[in-house]
Amino acid sequence: MAYAADCDTRGPAATAAARPVTLKILVAGGFGAGKTTLVGAVSEIPPLCTEELLSGIGADADPLDGVDTKTSTTVALDFGRITLDTGHVLYLFGTPGQERFWFLWEELSAGALGAVVLADTRRLADCFPAVDFFERRGIVFVVAVNEFDGGHRYTAGEVREAVGLAPGVPVVHCDARLTGSATAVLAELVHHLLSTAAPAVPAQPTDRGEPT
Amino acid sequence: MIRARAVPGKGAPREPAPWLDDSAGRVVRPYTASGGRTRPAVALDLLSSVTATGARPRAPLGAEHTAALRLCAGAAAVTVAEVAGQLRLPAAVAKVLLSDLVEAGAVTASAPRFPGGGGPYAAADDQTLLQAVLDGLRRRL
Ligand SMILES: Nc1nc2c(ncn2[C@@H]2O[C@H](COP(=O)(O)OP(=O)(O)OP(=O)(O)O)[C@@H](O)[C@H]2O)c(=O)[nH]1
Ligand SMILES: [Mg+2]
Repeated sequence: MAYAADCDTRGPAATAAARPVTLKILVAGGFGAGKTTLVGAVSEIPPLCTEELLSGIGADADPLDGVDTKTSTTVALDFGRITLDTGHVLYLFGTPGQERFWFLWEELSAGALGAVVLADTRRLADCFPAVDFFERRGIVFVVAVNEFDGGHRYTAGEVREAVGLAPGVPVVHCDARLTGSATAVLAELVHHLLSTAAPAVPAQPTDRGEPT
Repeated sequence: MIRARAVPGKGAPREPAPWLDDSAGRVVRPYTASGGRTRPAVALDLLSSVTATGARPRAPLGAEHTAALRLCAGAAAVTVAEVAGQLRLPAAVAKVLLSDLVEAGAVTASAPRFPGGGGPYAAADDQTLLQAVLDGLRRRL
């Protein structure tokens, strides 16, 4: 079983005070952009596919009558874990970025450090909704250009221009299949977070701003 | 190619998706496991950790509850998301099962310790924390 490989020997009685800080990074991108591959490449547990119900359950109103006969569609969440050290565990969630999944992203982005948007250069437009989502909520993200064989090679500048990214947003190339490359993308995000975390900068808005 | 801005969203579409495409997953009938319930009595985050207490619930458990409890009984803490993934049940349904187990005293759940308490941006200015994360990632490179 996945966690049997975990060398954490704490028993169930481990105190709450000793619990590591929960760090969360989101991995977004269009269909086939490499989300599952990237999460799998960096995760210390076999990547899990957790599913959420698409009908927005968990939000508000849902008549409970007869639901046991109702069918529902799910959306896949790739789930991975990286134990950085005893005090810090990083969790990754990957899920499609299309607008109709945004209700899911609302929950997922609570407490998240930031996000990786995977861009497949064969279908660059597929990453636009994810970029919009993170921009609007002021969630720090990097764009990782996943270069598929046969895909057109764009320079970072070309991708930046096509996606209409703000100047500071890093654009990096990666091969989501390689642990080193995928880990470097996460490191780039955290590095970017650090560089934008100048202590004197006023707090970013915490409301969901309208697009400007 | 210029990015077409999405229509200003008032949050999220709450309606069931009227159309499905390749990104939507399997069609499921997931509610039998949770007796038709989709809202857990105990609030659980996908990253809440759940741990078996060792106490046996009075009422006999169904197969899904038993499977969920077993996953909580490992040596290391396990998250709600992992339980859902292992059980191959939608997270909403796994949350109901785990919530039942919490109410029965068989499992304790602890909320994730997000830096700064869980609001967005909470950690964005925590240089020490970010440096620790960066160092941890770079050690893996
Ligand atoms: N050449 C190349 N192939 C990749 C890369 N990343 C992923 N792939 C391949 O692309 C295919 C799709 O990758 P997935 O990781 O399944 O993509 P996904 O975003 O999870 O796809 P969906 O969940 O279906 O939306 C797989 O066959 C991967 O092996 C990459 O960096 N380079
Ligand atoms: Mg996938």
